[in-house]
Amino acid sequence: MAAVRDNVFPTRMNLTVTKMRLKGAQTGHSLLKRKSEALTTRFRAIVRKIEEAKLKMGKVLQTASFSLAEVAYIAGDISYQVRESAKRASFTVAAKQENVSGVFLPAFERAGDAQGSGFELTGLGRGGQQIQKARAVYVKAVETLVELASLQTAFVILDEVIKLTNRRVNAIEYVIIPRIENTIAYINSELDEQDREEFYRLKMIQSKKKARAADATGDRAELQAIQDGELHGAGRNLLAEQVDDDIIF
Amino acid sequence: MSQNTGKGRTLIAAIGDEDTITGLLLAGIGDIDAHQRANFMVVTSKTTQEQIEETFTSFTQRKDIAIILINQHIAEYIRGILDEYSAAFPTVLEIPSKDHPYDPSKDSVLKRVQLLFGE
Repeated sequence: MAAVRDNVFPTRMNLTVTKMRLKGAQTGHSLLKRKSEALTTRFRAIVRKIEEAKLKMGKVLQTASFSLAEVAYIAGDISYQVRESAKRASFTVAAKQENVSGVFLPAFERAGDAQGSGFELTGLGRGGQQIQKARAVYVKAVETLVELASLQTAFVILDEVIKLTNRRVNAIEYVIIPRIENTIAYINSELDEQDREEFYRLKMIQSKKKARAADATGDRAELQAIQDGELHGAGRNLLAEQVDDDIIF
Repeated sequence: MSQNTGKGRTLIAAIGDEDTITGLLLAGIGDIDAHQRANFMVVTSKTTQEQIEETFTSFTQRKDIAIILINQHIAEYIRGILDEYSAAFPTVLEIPSKDHPYDPSKDSVLKRVQLLFGE
């Protein structure tokens, strides 16, 4: 990719424009790099939290299933009853957003009222208290799960964004900046070339003018000197002097 | 991606064994919508792998589900789908069940964590 350059016309204006683009690319590169670093810091913190939360979840759910076992012991099997009474969720979540260097990380939060959820009459005959206790334990457990889920969502999103940012950083560093630098080098060399041509053209005109002036005054000797100078100096046509043999293959 | 935020996703879906589902429903996550679709599924020994896959896929396609909870031993049946699933919403969370303690080395997300840190 090194030799690739933009297809621009080599003018001074384009040189300025391209130099400004180089500056922009460099600024963008450093900004993106800093963004990626900030995100990575955040990412590592989240990963650590996830690991902790996953271990905590194990304990919490163990307690929860134990309390359900207590319910089963006292009130009998309530699972059918519980399943049948499910109509509208009373435990819902709401997504909240947090902005980390331009990336919106969602965080789930518990929404909805937890109290009135229609299980008041479950186990009315026996074990009602145990059921309410198990319910409270499970609500706690689900809250832990929701917390873990938001961490995990943040993890997935950050992972994606970090990859994207790193890809951009690398693209700017290894593709865009070299290409702009190549373009600048190309424009510079073309401009130098034009300068040399221009210089040569001016020289030629100068000598032609001198010759004409000398011709007008009738000074043969001076004219001869100028024409000699022209021959031996800048105005000599190298191609015309040298005759190559024809090349026959 | 980052534009896709979890707005409008409020439900917690669950796929699990009877006890897990009972507990979660007790906490109040159960929801049956106007089309009579439940947001939970009880997996018994008679449930086939196809049924689990189908339910999981339908949960991932619903627009109102924010989190999918799935028992880890059930997740093992559809491990292939889970490992491929990489969308941010809904989030898939593997939870332990009563008879199957939690094994961090099998978790799809933790596997990715370990992959990233080269442990």
